Amino acid sequence: MMADFDYLFFIEVLVGGLLSGVMYSLVAIGFVLIYKTSGVLNFAQGAMLLFAALTFVSLVERGVPFALAFAITFAAMVAIGIAIERTVLRPLTNKPPITLFMATLGLSYILEGAAQLIWGTQVHGLDLGIEDLPLEIGGVFISQFDIFAAAVAAGMVLLLSLFFRYTRIGLSFRAVADDQFAALAVGLRLPLIWTTVWAAAGLVALVAGLLWGARLGVQFSLSLVVLKALPVLVLGGFDSILGAIVGGLLIGASEKLAEVYIGGYFGGGIETWFAYVVALAFLLIRPAGLFGQKLVERV
Amino acid sequence: MTIISKFKAVALSAALSLSVALPAAYADEQYFPLQSYRVGPYAAGGTGFFGGFIDYLNLINTRDGGVNGVKLTWSEGETQYEVEKGVEVYERLKSNPGVAAWNPLSVGIAYAMIDRITQDKVPLITINHGRTDSTDGRVFPYVFPLLLNPYSETSGIVNYIASKEGGLEGLKGKKIVVLYHGSPYGKETIPIYELLAQKYGFELQQIEVPHPGNEQQSQWLTIRRAKPDFVVLRGWGVMNPVALKTAAKVGFPVDHIVGNVWSNSEEDVIPAGDAAKGYTAITTQASGAEYPVVKEIVKTVYDAGKGNLEDKKRIGSVYHNLGIVNGILNVEAIRIAQEKFGKRTLTGDEVRWGFEHLKLDPAKVEALGAKGLFHSINVSWDNHEGEGYVTFQQWDGAKWNVVSDWIAPDWALLRPIIEKSSEAYAAEKGIKLRTAEDADAVSTN
Repeated sequence: MMADFDYLFFIEVLVGGLLSGVMYSLVAIGFVLIYKTSGVLNFAQGAMLLFAALTFVSLVERGVPFALAFAITFAAMVAIGIAIERTVLRPLTNKPPITLFMATLGLSYILEGAAQLIWGTQVHGLDLGIEDLPLEIGGVFISQFDIFAAAVAAGMVLLLSLFFRYTRIGLSFRAVADDQFAALAVGLRLPLIWTTVWAAAGLVALVAGLLWGARLGVQFSLSLVVLKALPVLVLGGFDSILGAIVGGLLIGASEKLAEVYIGGYFGGGIETWFAYVVALAFLLIRPAGLFGQKLVERV
Repeated sequence: MTIISKFKAVALSAALSLSVALPAAYADEQYFPLQSYRVGPYAAGGTGFFGGFIDYLNLINTRDGGVNGVKLTWSEGETQYEVEKGVEVYERLKSNPGVAAWNPLSVGIAYAMIDRITQDKVPLITINHGRTDSTDGRVFPYVFPLLLNPYSETSGIVNYIASKEGGLEGLKGKKIVVLYHGSPYGKETIPIYELLAQKYGFELQQIEVPHPGNEQQSQWLTIRRAKPDFVVLRGWGVMNPVALKTAAKVGFPVDHIVGNVWSNSEEDVIPAGDAAKGYTAITTQASGAEYPVVKEIVKTVYDAGKGNLEDKKRIGSVYHNLGIVNGILNVEAIRIAQEKFGKRTLTGDEVRWGFEHLKLDPAKVEALGAKGLFHSINVSWDNHEGEGYVTFQQWDGAKWNVVSDWIAPDWALLRPIIEKSSEAYAAEKGIKLRTAEDADAVSTN
């Protein structure tokens, strides 16, 4: 009966889903950055997120001020980016993407192990000073924290877009993404570009790690949030920041609506696999994702 | 602890896990193979539990010279809570002499070991967890879900909620939502909640959270719309703090959420911050370091630099105390078995006999320095749970405080359901039901 339909509740689920989707997008953007410049799906993004959040919270717990802890953690992520470029990417230049993917898989285990070795296995709370209590807007309850996270994500997307479009190094990224050989031929320094892009992915991991860490607590499970980003990437395209945002919104909204309105018919708990159903359905229609670059090859 | 010393600790742990040079089992040694998990997603629980267990074994060796002169030994194999690694560690450690019992603290690993340990005739301890029907010793001679099986836990929680509503009669017409982890562990109690809802007349809604549970917005919006009187949180790992935070986010009162036995630790509430203040959870063992046995561990083990926990602040935490209680139960089972079979290294089957006669009344528990830490246990050859009592603790933002008396689950109601399930398992596997005489026949090799 449509008359019985609770529209306010529907809107609440929808808005909640969209805001959750923004959180997925934040993780997905880290993947996109690496993929755009090297064509590699960086499976270590989740581990980077864990490493960044654990480093930050451990410093704060030792009395380091928030801003300084942020700066030190960012420096650590840059150092990791440089180390990865030197020890993993450079020796594997021009190797098939699957080799690089396997390398990032190995990296994720190394980073997870290193994070626990250095900072221990304890679970930490992380308070960013933002209330996570419901805010009532027109009869709909919306989380203040989710609104803050959405604003941070929007700011980050804006910054990255400007960076890619208007800075020299940003343009170099795009050139490398288009054709590594051609970029090398015209004198672009691939190692510098890769180091920079891994540092940028480190910054995204740090920001996403703090926001997810404030939600879940800083613990090993943070590295599992990559699972939330994968359907977003399939849907939005692996090489599009805009795709990561739109994909995140679509996945977040559809999985929440599905869980609430049709989950009961399947015994509940469907949102995880439903996100992949949505992503795969899009994949059948647009194999490169909504905003991914179509691969054109001469034969 | 410095990074270097941590590295040494991890290297030592790795070396132990690979070691073949385990202490030789003399006539006066009893060995515990430990499938521990000190890294990976559940390391916080693993380090607490195995830390407490080892601390107690250390106390017995240091203070008493072992159990009646029989020294307790152990070695660890890292499982990261993964079933295949747990089985690998089992295969590696099972042939060491003098194995007393297995204590994996993992439902998955325990399930994978049931047939193996039954063949080996060595007890498998699944304190507070495991399959409910393994309570029936007629069908599962070597499995011991000590203190609390999932059905007793359910009954204890419902009885506690009833106490808040003026007794079992007060449950009539109330609404309870069970938010459970989407895993075999989470689903184990679905039928018993349905049965209790029918019996006591409360309305029930059971909602699944997909693993790992780091997103629960839709579940909690559904809960808010259902307007339940209580929510039971049957969570695990990250699902627990996320549940508490999301409850706050949708405005559900935290003091109307009751956690189960795997949603009751510091690790479950600290990440939730203020959202966890006022949250209540069931437990079989109280937390805190004020109990004489914990104080003795501090004095004898930690002050001598032999403590297992890296961070002394975790002494007396929920998992640490669970490990200590687990140590008490293992050691006392050996002691009881020694009274019958002699003060020497026992076979696994002799230790099984000891567990089947493990009766610690409140006076004995007090004599062991554990008054208030846990209530009592009364294991028999056909009841491998041992009628553990439960209590409830509330988080105040810094520590857990006990807020109830010791509560007895409704064992009489549960026993026929357990027997029905275990008998079906026996029929499926072609297992002949054991008798009291069978239980008394003990293998000495």
